[in-house]
Amino acid sequence: MGNLDTNLDRLAALEGMGCSRKRREDPRFIQGKGTYVDDVKMPGMLFGVMVRSPYAHARVKKIDKSRALAHPGVHAVLTADDLKPLKLHWMPTLAGDVQAVLADEKVCFQNQEVAFVVADDRYVAADAAELVEVEYEELPAVVDPLTALAADAPVIREDIQDKQAGAHGARKHPNHIFTWQVGDKDKTDRVFDNAEVTVTQDMLYPRVHPCPLETCGCVASFDKARGDLTVYITSQAPHVVRTVVGLLSAIPESKIRIISPDIGGGFGNKVGVYPGYVTSIVASIVLGRPVKWIESRAENLSSTAFARDYHMSGELAADRDGRIKALRVHVTADHGAFDACADPTKWPAGMFHVCTGSYAIPNAFVSVDGVYTNKFPGGVAYRCSFRVTEAVYLIERMVDVLAQKLGIDKAEIRLRNFIRKEQFPYTTPLGLEYDSGDYEPALKKVLAAVDYPGLRAEQAARRADPNAEWLLGIGVVNFTEIVGAGPSKMCDILGVGMFDSCEIRVHPDGSAIARMGTITQGQGHQTTYAQIIASEAGIPASVITVEEGDTSTAPYGLGTYGSRSTPVAGAAIARASRKIREKARQIAAHLLEASPGDVEFDLDRFVLKGSPGQFKTIKEVAWAAYNNVPDGLEMGLEAVDYYDPPNFTFPFGAYVCVLEVNRYTGETRVRRFYALDDCGTRINPMIIEGQIHGGLTEGFAVAMGQELPYDEAGNLLGATLMDYFVPTSVETPHWETDFTVTPSPHHPIGAKGVAESPHVGSIPCFTAAMVDAFAHLGVTHMNMPHNAYRVWQQCRALGLTRQ
Amino acid sequence: MSKKIMVSFNLNGKETDVIVEPRELLIHTLREKCLHTGPHIGCETSHCGACTVDFNGMSVKSCTVLTVQAEGAEVLSVEGLAQGGELHALQEGFMQEHGLQCGFCTPGMLMRAYRLLQENPDPSEEEIRYWMAGNLCRCTGYQNIVKAVQYAARKLRGEAVETSHPLMTADTH
Amino acid sequence: MIPRPFEYHAPRSLPEAIALLSEYGDEAKLLAGGHSLLPMMKLRFAEPAHLIDLGKLSELKGIRESGGEIRIGAMTTENELIWSELLQTKCPLIVEGARQISDPQVRYRGTLGGDLSHGDPGNDHPALMMALGASFVLAGGQGERVVPADGFFLGTYTTQLEPGEIMTEIRIPTPAPGTGYCYAKLKRKTGDFATAAAAVTLRISAGAVSDVRIALTNVAETALRASDAEHALQGKPLDDATLAEAVRLAMAACAPVADLRGDAEYKTAMAGEMTRRALTSAYMRALH
Repeated sequence: MGNLDTNLDRLAALEGMGCSRKRREDPRFIQGKGTYVDDVKMPGMLFGVMVRSPYAHARVKKIDKSRALAHPGVHAVLTADDLKPLKLHWMPTLAGDVQAVLADEKVCFQNQEVAFVVADDRYVAADAAELVEVEYEELPAVVDPLTALAADAPVIREDIQDKQAGAHGARKHPNHIFTWQVGDKDKTDRVFDNAEVTVTQDMLYPRVHPCPLETCGCVASFDKARGDLTVYITSQAPHVVRTVVGLLSAIPESKIRIISPDIGGGFGNKVGVYPGYVTSIVASIVLGRPVKWIESRAENLSSTAFARDYHMSGELAADRDGRIKALRVHVTADHGAFDACADPTKWPAGMFHVCTGSYAIPNAFVSVDGVYTNKFPGGVAYRCSFRVTEAVYLIERMVDVLAQKLGIDKAEIRLRNFIRKEQFPYTTPLGLEYDSGDYEPALKKVLAAVDYPGLRAEQAARRADPNAEWLLGIGVVNFTEIVGAGPSKMCDILGVGMFDSCEIRVHPDGSAIARMGTITQGQGHQTTYAQIIASEAGIPASVITVEEGDTSTAPYGLGTYGSRSTPVAGAAIARASRKIREKARQIAAHLLEASPGDVEFDLDRFVLKGSPGQFKTIKEVAWAAYNNVPDGLEMGLEAVDYYDPPNFTFPFGAYVCVLEVNRYTGETRVRRFYALDDCGTRINPMIIEGQIHGGLTEGFAVAMGQELPYDEAGNLLGATLMDYFVPTSVETPHWETDFTVTPSPHHPIGAKGVAESPHVGSIPCFTAAMVDAFAHLGVTHMNMPHNAYRVWQQCRALGLTRQ
Repeated sequence: MSKKIMVSFNLNGKETDVIVEPRELLIHTLREKCLHTGPHIGCETSHCGACTVDFNGMSVKSCTVLTVQAEGAEVLSVEGLAQGGELHALQEGFMQEHGLQCGFCTPGMLMRAYRLLQENPDPSEEEIRYWMAGNLCRCTGYQNIVKAVQYAARKLRGEAVETSHPLMTADTH
Repeated sequence: MIPRPFEYHAPRSLPEAIALLSEYGDEAKLLAGGHSLLPMMKLRFAEPAHLIDLGKLSELKGIRESGGEIRIGAMTTENELIWSELLQTKCPLIVEGARQISDPQVRYRGTLGGDLSHGDPGNDHPALMMALGASFVLAGGQGERVVPADGFFLGTYTTQLEPGEIMTEIRIPTPAPGTGYCYAKLKRKTGDFATAAAAVTLRISAGAVSDVRIALTNVAETALRASDAEHALQGKPLDDATLAEAVRLAMAACAPVADLRGDAEYKTAMAGEMTRRALTSAYMRALH
């Protein structure tokens, strides 16, 4: 067995799961040597720029590109007419709809793509883009999803207006996309009819945008001599892009190489295929030169996948002790002009049906109506886990509404309704099977940490003081997330099941290279994936090279979003590592002249049972794999695993927010934010903490200031960083993090994934605290964003201001 | 097209000549003519700070400077922080304290922090947050960036720091 | 992101700059710190055919005291204002104001003269200068003239600067020792323009307010003197009643434009709140 010091040394040398291994990817970034898409230069490369519509809804009468084409340095100006012979003027979306690549006779949202100018460099392209003359005939715009289904509403999608059904079933109006329902409506209605107490609350989750610091872009290069297409692209799902590009272009996937290099933040903004990618590829094929397209920030905020825009109406039925008997939800989902919502095919509202939350609610019914409006497309983005942000917001708000109605403390009502640990795996009335959870200790730990009773006492004193300038609000949230999409029988993207993959090859010197089907955008896969392999296969992480993102070398995967990397690819990595370990066992036994059953795996070696001095390290086994293997076994030491998860995973958390609101100005200060997350097995605590900080900061931004409002004419307001609230280091609160560990029983290493949780959970927590600040005055809900202006209006309505 | 102008400036210790239109932005010159892709472009309205370089002893957003204004200037970008194969204390600090995730804001953060510490060798947390407010980050929530700057401040003042990141050497290519 | 093409000029002396401005007339724009003009040019909202860069004019730099006045060169940057020991001790209102402008990088480049000349009602220095009773030296082909801050700002992007004139210096009567001051600015986040802001200077004599000046930012087409509020306070102590009245009168002077920061009602109310904060703070400072 060896003495303890040596074992600790060996453990430390492995840098396996559980340690805060420093990041392997850091050196290049701190020296400015990352390779982001805009860093890529290729010989002969040209630059493309989109010409976009100023109108939200208009017919395109005429496009005159002659002046632009005549500008020196311009190589091409593409319009829909140029793409028509290739049948590329429309492209399929991830939601079973079609989207115009370049406007075909009409535009349906402000800043929709109309023409693509390709020039020598971005300066020439900018000048030439101004010379493209487009004649529009304006049409009335539809911006309110609640009136989009009126009988006299303008028809947005004339291209499908005769279709009685879409990808998700029957359509009841030309501006209707789908109705999705889940749960037992009749049973739920009966429970409501007989309930002791019911509460109702309408709430809006406004349209926001992930706004990663790096905008979207690509460099497309078609090599005519080889017939190969290479595309460097800001993509969170390079293999999916390859398959889509293959479908669109009729180039076989074997001749397409998609490379996601370093990505400057994804957050769900970089999942879909955008028109700029398609036009760059077409331009490269036509011109025989590489073409780069990098969108501006304004384009990013106004045309790439938005998030949320869910108009929700929630109802709870309960007894007078606050025990919830039923949940009923209706949603009008504003999808914009094209349904490009990145959901698994079968679920047009993503995993919204996790909206029964952490609570043992026996009955539920959900109905979601998706509608078209004259706004840019998207819907699923921004660390939302496929509409889980909306679902968690809904249930956490409803529980508070119920608590306020019954006069029950907001933490207490949660304790009364939690699914108990022994009830897991727990099947909800909406058909999801939660794998594991232990909510009560998590909440109690947080409440103790913040001295919750003390806070409520302080609040009571503050409320009793009519001169108090700052109102005190305390928000308590207990969210259950659903991530790790997903089991292929339920989850596919364009028909491709949502498995993920890992291949590992160990070299003769004991070092290894591992590739996965996911792609990091800052989550630290290069560091954490190696930790899994180190623990499972006994190879020190320091000699494991991790690669992702190049479809020519990485095994097929569905990419990184929705916190799926750890639950899905992480499982594939563990299983591939175990395959390596099992082959190593056979080789080690052979070297020790024993049978495989007589050797035991011990951190980084196989030891002969009962004879601790006799062992072979994995490093020694690796060398032997290339020259001395047992009969019947192949040379080499490598493994591949494609993991189709049996279920999702369900990380959870308990968050408390304490904030103060100035009644005279509407200003808010976050006094304390305590976030406890349970993601099962924790691979790298340092990285988890970093992800939590980032997610909480995004949540703060969403709750307290982000919005992308439209005026009645369909003009998008606030799509620059002057207005779109991205907090600086000054506004961002200090975060306190904590954890419990409740492993996933079905995951090979018990890990659940975590990075979206802080975003999902913090937003309702900020809102809960904000509403709580006014709850004693009868306020049950306030819509986001809680910027000073809106909060002041609430204060004014309550007579709290000086004016 | 206006007449092009030759501009000479010092970039990371090397005399550099470029030929530019008057309208060419320094960020584009650095990235495309000088092949220094460390400074990044995150917006076009001068808000994000990803393009920050040190310009004549000041932190400046290189997207809001014309290259013609850089005639005779001393420009330091992130590529010039490490000296003689040794990383700058700030670069070490960002690695040690997990002050970066996607890395896109990092060059701008480093260059801003560089000048901040030149002017204020012992900043409080509040001061760090105030003096770094021109650099946006979407990944880290700033908390570990503050710790990274504090690490560097301690090291530059000659105090002991915990250094456990195994990759604290500069890549010299 | 890319400006239209233009010719660039970097004069080495003030007369040279004035001559260029005269030659190119309304085809030219002056480039000071560039952080108002260049962003507008990058979005192609401004398209001057000629840029005249004032960056090399050392005669437009410097902060000094002379004859009971503080004189600041127009090309002095916000950062230089913040770190000036002279201003920190003798005119701290400017330091407090500059610290709330934009962000550190912009402050290394943005200039006092640029902020004042641009005529943007969202800029902070106009109200600060009005609260200090400052005047501006304007130099042109016909020589120099000195105009008071009050009345210099005519409308959005419009000032008393005539074509061919360059602001060269800002002159502030050195505030007497014991002058209370405050710049209270409400903004959505660091770097944003004011939702509303108030600049106050005042003196106290025998327990009563004397020589009070109140100027408001971004609640009208230009920075605004809240003169009625000033008159109402003159000779009175600052108590709940006089404060409330001054705030009411300041609000009555506002005519803000609605935008994403808020509607006219909110902005006006915030002008009131900032006036209250600034008066209270200035009064406390004057007492000590």
